[in-house]
Amino acid sequence: MTVVGLTGDEAVAYAVKQSKVDVVAAYPITPQTIIVERFSKYVADGEVQTEYVCVESEHSALSACVGASLTGARVFTASSSQGLALMHEMLYIASGLRCPIVMGVANRALSAPINIHGDHSDMMGSRDSGWVQIYVENSQEAYDWTLQAFKLAEHGDVQLPVSVNLDGFILSHLLEGVDVLEDGAVSEFLRLRKPLFTLDPDKPITVGALCLPDYYFEFKRQQVEAMQKVPKVLASLNKEYREVTGREYGVLETFGMEDAEAAILCLGSTAGTARAVAQKLRGEGKKVGVIKLWLYRPFPVEDIIEATRRVKALAVLDKAVSFGAPYGAVCSDVVSALHTVSERPRVFNVIYGLGGRDIEPSDVEFIFGEALKTAEAGVVKEPVMFLGVRE
Amino acid sequence: MTPEKKKSGWKSLPIGGVVLEPGSSLKYRTGDWKAFRPFVTKEKCVNCLICWIYCPDAAIVRKEKFVEVNYDYCKGCGICAVECPKEAIAMVDEQQ
Repeated sequence: MTVVGLTGDEAVAYAVKQSKVDVVAAYPITPQTIIVERFSKYVADGEVQTEYVCVESEHSALSACVGASLTGARVFTASSSQGLALMHEMLYIASGLRCPIVMGVANRALSAPINIHGDHSDMMGSRDSGWVQIYVENSQEAYDWTLQAFKLAEHGDVQLPVSVNLDGFILSHLLEGVDVLEDGAVSEFLRLRKPLFTLDPDKPITVGALCLPDYYFEFKRQQVEAMQKVPKVLASLNKEYREVTGREYGVLETFGMEDAEAAILCLGSTAGTARAVAQKLRGEGKKVGVIKLWLYRPFPVEDIIEATRRVKALAVLDKAVSFGAPYGAVCSDVVSALHTVSERPRVFNVIYGLGGRDIEPSDVEFIFGEALKTAEAGVVKEPVMFLGVRE
Repeated sequence: MTPEKKKSGWKSLPIGGVVLEPGSSLKYRTGDWKAFRPFVTKEKCVNCLICWIYCPDAAIVRKEKFVEVNYDYCKGCGICAVECPKEAIAMVDEQQ
């Protein structure tokens, strides 16, 4: 194995290069641009045989991807923020037609006001679009999950589009050492796609046909089933990936949860900060822990119940706001997941980092402090907290 | 008008709404959508085929000296009746 210096975006592009993707159609948008920029260089330099389709918008980009995917091709695209919002209509087409497209999403705030920095508003706004959602913590994970995403998406039991989400700028533009596989090892792990249907003049099919009340519901039920099969498929391919790389993946990762009384649950790069702070606090004798979700859709209910079995208070961090909802999206899901458990932790929500506002170790320490107080008191004082917002 | 058959459940339908059988739309008889039925007065019809060109559902059937309507697929839009230069087509209420 070789260690190379790659930003999060570059790590995704590198993984896509090794995945022997047939078609890429994308439109540049900060902070995702580097993904497709690097990839277009691979195309220009003849390092890949990919058909690179230049389009005039993200709506067209995903439309082209859907068409390509339906022919049986392995397809990739990338976007962020307004770009993802413009794709919104096509997100549902991709999942509804069961196109195993992989998309790198460098998460960024949505306008207005205009902002280019990282938060999760973009993908959280698309959480019901039928895409599998994976959130990564660093460049290494961006690389590893992109490779695994293709295998997950294209699995016969899944056949769903997958988004690999990396925090805009914090990860997309951060240069880190990434342990990459040899091309041959990637080809061994990720075989050619075996599509269920292809465009074949000898075996004509119709895709995208009208489907009225007598059948539509059945196809949505199939999508539900495919989502439910994701954790099992993921467990098997994570194991396979571990055998190749030695790196362990799953639906979530825990730190200190074996004896934690108070914990933070979060997605993406924030988990690194949370873990570092938790380590320090544990050194001071405070029983704190961290749960990092890799998989947000489908939501790993059973794993969350298991991970929070012993903890008394849980702070769920949301880097997006769901206006008018009782909590941020992640916290709403956590509360829903835990409501059937009789001995469940006291849960409160921390909305943070909107528009790319940084979360410092001192902020995390404050959250752990609140969680410890909640654990001791046994009641939630403030169900939703807006971290660091000026009054 | 579409023949009744037992509908498949989600477990047996091809995923993503893919239709594996070509030309199967013919089995979907849309004629029962119509509220008004075009009625051709054969004596007035000069077989100019303007209705045949205009019909969006290809539901006008050419005969040697006049046209007929395929009521299995005619949705009753009435374009033929409007376009007929000889007023040979009248729209009749389906209830009658």
